[in-house]
Amino acid sequence: MMMTSALLPYLLFSACLFCIGLAGVMMRRNVILILAGIELMLNAANINFVAFWRFHPGAEEVSGLIMVLFALAIAAAEAAVGLALVISLFRHFRTTNPEQMEQEVIS
Amino acid sequence: MNTIFLLISLTTIASAIAAMSLRNLVHCVLCLTLTFIGIALTYLQLSSQFIGFAQVMIYVGAVSILIIFALLMTRSGHELTLREWRPMHWVWGTLITLGLLACLGLSITGSSVSGKIASPEKSESVKALGQALMQEYLLPLEAMALLLTVALIGAALVALPASHHAPASKGSNE
Repeated sequence: MMMTSALLPYLLFSACLFCIGLAGVMMRRNVILILAGIELMLNAANINFVAFWRFHPGAEEVSGLIMVLFALAIAAAEAAVGLALVISLFRHFRTTNPEQMEQEVIS
Repeated sequence: MNTIFLLISLTTIASAIAAMSLRNLVHCVLCLTLTFIGIALTYLQLSSQFIGFAQVMIYVGAVSILIIFALLMTRSGHELTLREWRPMHWVWGTLITLGLLACLGLSITGSSVSGKIASPEKSESVKALGQALMQEYLLPLEAMALLLTVALIGAALVALPASHHAPASKGSNE
């Protein structure tokens, strides 16, 4: 039957966060909230890295934490560039709704 | 599973759901900030203090403020009353999300990894982290510094109004 390990709740927690972020990306109609959903998914992956590092037997192993640090830096860069793109798109289309942007491009 | 982790995770998941489903966008970003704080608390719970404080500084301090700025700069007034309700989107989105959640949950609870691992007492040492960054991961660290610089300059260039670009390009052509 189901074994109660200490790692399990963290994995389930991060799976829940990932699915919530994915639902936000698929259902919301605002570019900024889509970016926020992507940030949420990145964070869920980071929780997995830290949880696997924490319950790994090796004492001096820090590669999981290094991975999380690099992921944090890349996510910050991605947020900066993404929001700058959103502002530039808004200046062009006067909307943050991706479907309205698509209609304006087609028409 | 201890009570503190249960409280943190329930609050975080509730605020994440609120951040992805509320209608007022400012409320969404505030709930997203609460979610980031909950994730930082989870890192502290996993005894990795440095990552937790980095999360607080980068996400709660910088990314949330950046999202709020972008939100307030792209406000067009009719957004609060805009109907976002698209039944087919919600049906398909809910189906795909629930399917993925079921797959992930089944594979996590069914895997042999999560059952066999013992839980040794372990605590992060910032000294070991810094030594690894300065010795083994020096080249990726420098690449990351270059990437952050390029991203900063690129973000400023992309967000500049078009009227700022035109005189510069005209001047270089002449």
